[in-house]
Amino acid sequence: MLIEIRKKPFNAYAEMQYYLDSLDIIGKYGATANFVGSMRDFNEDKKVTHMTLEHYPGMTEKHLETIAKESIEKWSLLDVLILHRIGKVKIGEDIVLVATWSAHRKDAFESCRAIMEQLKSGAPFWKKEETNSGAKWVEKNTPGY
Amino acid sequence: MQVSVKYFASLREVIGEANSVIDIEEGTSVSSLWQTIIERKNIEFENVMMAVNMEYVKSEYQLKSGDEVAFFPPVTGG
Repeated sequence: MLIEIRKKPFNAYAEMQYYLDSLDIIGKYGATANFVGSMRDFNEDKKVTHMTLEHYPGMTEKHLETIAKESIEKWSLLDVLILHRIGKVKIGEDIVLVATWSAHRKDAFESCRAIMEQLKSGAPFWKKEETNSGAKWVEKNTPGY
Repeated sequence: MQVSVKYFASLREVIGEANSVIDIEEGTSVSSLWQTIIERKNIEFENVMMAVNMEYVKSEYQLKSGDEVAFFPPVTGG
């Protein structure tokens, strides 16, 4: 299990491969699921130029760790990777990566979705979007279901 | 007794500070501390979320000396 908050841009797919290469689960996993959230250039019909992501150091990591540990038990996962950006994020950059590995697809699919939704509703991160008409805190996330 | 209080994101901007140390009476709940803060600062803020020692708590949670309390708006990560 790896959970990291990153200040610098990352390539989610390269990170997923790099992490997988460090694991000893070849032959054991038959399913990989992942979700990658990336920076759009619009929100609620407004043009967004970039955004700043803030977190609560300590609590954010702790919260994500709890979500990941509970998911590993609930879905018999072989491993979980969660990466999340903070700081200034530019258009097209990856914001979040959740990846899960399991023997069969059901566990990988369901856990990846559940981890992502729990992250969205509970992990202490906040987005401030910069638009042509000034900066604005995002007030709520769009529903995932 | 004293507790340390942290504010994040839009709430930090409304409050005008990121951290403070506040004197409260023994047995004060996290929601009454929040009421005290918004009255003192004369602000309105809807849908506040509350955590103590980096875990979410219910509004009736009773604070202890030295607790780290955090107030913040709904989270918007991911």
